[in-house]
Amino acid sequence: MEGRLRWRKLLSDFMLTLTGVCAFISVAALFCILGYLLFNGGTSINWAFFTQLPKPVGETGGGMANAIVGSAKLLLAASLFGVPIGFLGGVYLAEFSGSAVASVVRYAADLLNGVPSIVIGIFAYSLVVLPFKHFSTLAGAFALGLMMIPITLRSTEEFLNGVPRMLREGAMALGASKWQTIATVIVPAAYRGILTAILLALARVAGETAPLLFTAFGNRFWSEGWGQPTASLPVMIFTYAVAPYEDWHRQAWAAGLVLLGLILIINIVARTILSRGIAVPR
Amino acid sequence: MAGSRSFLSRLREGDEIARLITFVFAASVVLITVLLVYELWINSALPRQKFGLHFFVTQVWDPVMDEYGALPFIYGTVVTSAVALLIAVPLGIGAAIFLAELAPPRVSDSLQFFIDLLAAVPSVIYGLLGVFIVVPLVRTVIYPALNKPFGYLPIFKGPSYGVGFLTAGIVLAIMVIPYIISVSREVLLSVPRDQREAALALGSTRWESTWKVVVPFAKTGIMGSIFLALARALGETMAVTMVIGNTPKIAASLFAPGYSIAAVIANEFTEATGDLYLQSLIALGLVLFLLTFVLNGLARLLILVTTQKGSGVSN
Amino acid sequence: MGASSKPGLSVNIASTQGGGASRETAAALPMRMTISKVNFYYGSKQILFDINMGIADKKVTALIGPSGCGKSTLLRTFNRMHETVSTSRLEGEILLDQQNILSQDLSSLRRRVGMVFQRPNPFPKSIFDNVAYGPKINGMKGSTSETVEKSLRHAALWDEVKDHLHKSAYELSGGQQQRLCIARALAVEPEVLLLDEPCSALDPISTAKIEELLVELKNLTTIAIVTHNMQQAARVSDFTAFLLTGQLIEFRPTPQLFTTPADPRTEAYITGRFG
Repeated sequence: MEGRLRWRKLLSDFMLTLTGVCAFISVAALFCILGYLLFNGGTSINWAFFTQLPKPVGETGGGMANAIVGSAKLLLAASLFGVPIGFLGGVYLAEFSGSAVASVVRYAADLLNGVPSIVIGIFAYSLVVLPFKHFSTLAGAFALGLMMIPITLRSTEEFLNGVPRMLREGAMALGASKWQTIATVIVPAAYRGILTAILLALARVAGETAPLLFTAFGNRFWSEGWGQPTASLPVMIFTYAVAPYEDWHRQAWAAGLVLLGLILIINIVARTILSRGIAVPR
Repeated sequence: MAGSRSFLSRLREGDEIARLITFVFAASVVLITVLLVYELWINSALPRQKFGLHFFVTQVWDPVMDEYGALPFIYGTVVTSAVALLIAVPLGIGAAIFLAELAPPRVSDSLQFFIDLLAAVPSVIYGLLGVFIVVPLVRTVIYPALNKPFGYLPIFKGPSYGVGFLTAGIVLAIMVIPYIISVSREVLLSVPRDQREAALALGSTRWESTWKVVVPFAKTGIMGSIFLALARALGETMAVTMVIGNTPKIAASLFAPGYSIAAVIANEFTEATGDLYLQSLIALGLVLFLLTFVLNGLARLLILVTTQKGSGVSN
Repeated sequence: MGASSKPGLSVNIASTQGGGASRETAAALPMRMTISKVNFYYGSKQILFDINMGIADKKVTALIGPSGCGKSTLLRTFNRMHETVSTSRLEGEILLDQQNILSQDLSSLRRRVGMVFQRPNPFPKSIFDNVAYGPKINGMKGSTSETVEKSLRHAALWDEVKDHLHKSAYELSGGQQQRLCIARALAVEPEVLLLDEPCSALDPISTAKIEELLVELKNLTTIAIVTHNMQQAARVSDFTAFLLTGQLIEFRPTPQLFTTPADPRTEAYITGRFG
């Protein structure tokens, strides 16, 4: 029994150390990614990156100013489209709906959430690009907005439901109507969580490339208005990384650093807001 | 009396309007989803009519001759996902065990925070790293290491240009690990304390109590996390497109270039000339949609079953 | 106070600190476990104060006292289960057959000192595999199915499950599950069996069945049981220890403790003046 016991204890120590190694590798992956981006991207970032347009193919230099602005426009329009639908839909689920309708809506949202982003791109293409016969910022914003809807909807519902009963009852006892209660008491109480969800949704779609490939498509120049194809950071990274030009690779790293930096900052900010407490303000 | 009645009815109307407005928005979500499926179905009519179920077993993908078959892409999607899971599942479950059973709560929470950040890294960034780090790694380190001693095996046959099934699988593995870890960790943490204590009280070592009692208890939830990871891997587009080699061929070797469903759509959609070509790509999109739909549904079911189990075991 | 003739082997049962020290010199009984000068802390908070007692061989010893008095905490030190909580700290000596359990190998100790918990906690396995778990991992010799049958018989469960050994343990009723847990603990042939309020989650009939079982089991193994039910202690045990806010007030043969308690606090508790 003695030898067997020693073997069992050895095995236990070994396997448990192994799990620690697994955890270490998994977390180290993040730091490696950040490290590579910082190193390769950091050395490539310069003022020109932020202010200049891309140079003609083959020439070195230039920047991604149009892509940065393009991404900003896309995200703005996507939020204007996706957030109200998600938010108001969430209000309906939490405040007005019966359980049958609620289940259907929730199921649809979960389904939408699970659709691969490239398929969302196909959908946006058939709905917004085909009828107008050209690529546009609007089409890209539509695709990205679609992806923001499920997260916004589920989170809004969750956080609204989390507001304590006594708050609602307090307002209604004072004579407030249902919608007044919602607008002036419940939503303000839940705003932290909802804001966090919107930020996280934004961070997620900011990095999406596939749905933009055949909606916003791309542009070597400034995109006028909302009906023209536009460059965007993620698509530029993709295009430049697979191209044969060294200088483009350098710029792809820089763009990667900027994009990831932005996304991580939004994530960290959002999670900090959430952890500071979704508690009802006194 | 009349005054107060109109006041009340005005109030009620306000509520009614609010209900109506919010209902419209909620309903639009359902509408959009239905529309999505409808559009996918309608716009893939041509290949369905022309090829029927044959579409799934044809290897040929020839835009010139207008002959399209889904097999190479299904093969590529399956192989890369399988490689990804082979790497990610042991690593992910191991890490989840460490976080749930061994690490003190604060360490566990901070590490989980970093892992959540890993899940937030966009696909194209993984692709970027894949192109410049993993591809050379495969070409200069992994390929020689496996091909020299084992090159006679069909799965390790050369040559290797760095891109291919294995590379895509490796990149996918890194992408899906966070999903496996987060869900498995949560599921493991929800296993009732006294299961572990009962095992320890019988003289088990810490590993034995974890591996033979706690993990089996959480088995269904862990399966759910794997399905979730698989669903993510299947739909993954950019990272795979950048490192798979974009060759619509079926090959036995892991080092051979290939193609996945999402990758071919991404690459060829804007180049597609002719309706049959385009609609065949959309048909592939429909296939992808169905696959992820089924997997996500299964995953949710499994995770639900486990968390319910943890809360009410003995009669 | 409690002089020992042979250290660790026998102890004259006497009431310990806290007043009215009328010494009862019982016939020197062999002690399976000896607990000396045990103090226990969670972090900086002290839970147990200078506990000195013994667990008599092949007898049932009950630990009673109001909620929060530390009886479960004390029981859990006997197989070092307290070590699953990182802030716990144990001072003093606990001997099993004259060997300090604190310096023994943990796995072997827990094989020798088994535990049944408050709520039945069978593994998500079949009835057979639950009982076979202990013998299997400890590499015990002998036929597994014989061991399983023997343990289930000892736990008075064999007849009810012998045709369903491969069904899931969760299909059993609460009382049956708890007897399964007893069988599972018995399968590794422990020298001491610890039971932490084993009937508190069960109905009266299952409780009665388990109480009958315990009286018979003491021929097989030494038993220590924590219970908040005084009548149960009176029915089942040979020795009773009464604890109050972490102190051992009285430790005597059961009939004496219940009929002529030496300490007024013991009397107050058993007459129901506090709970």
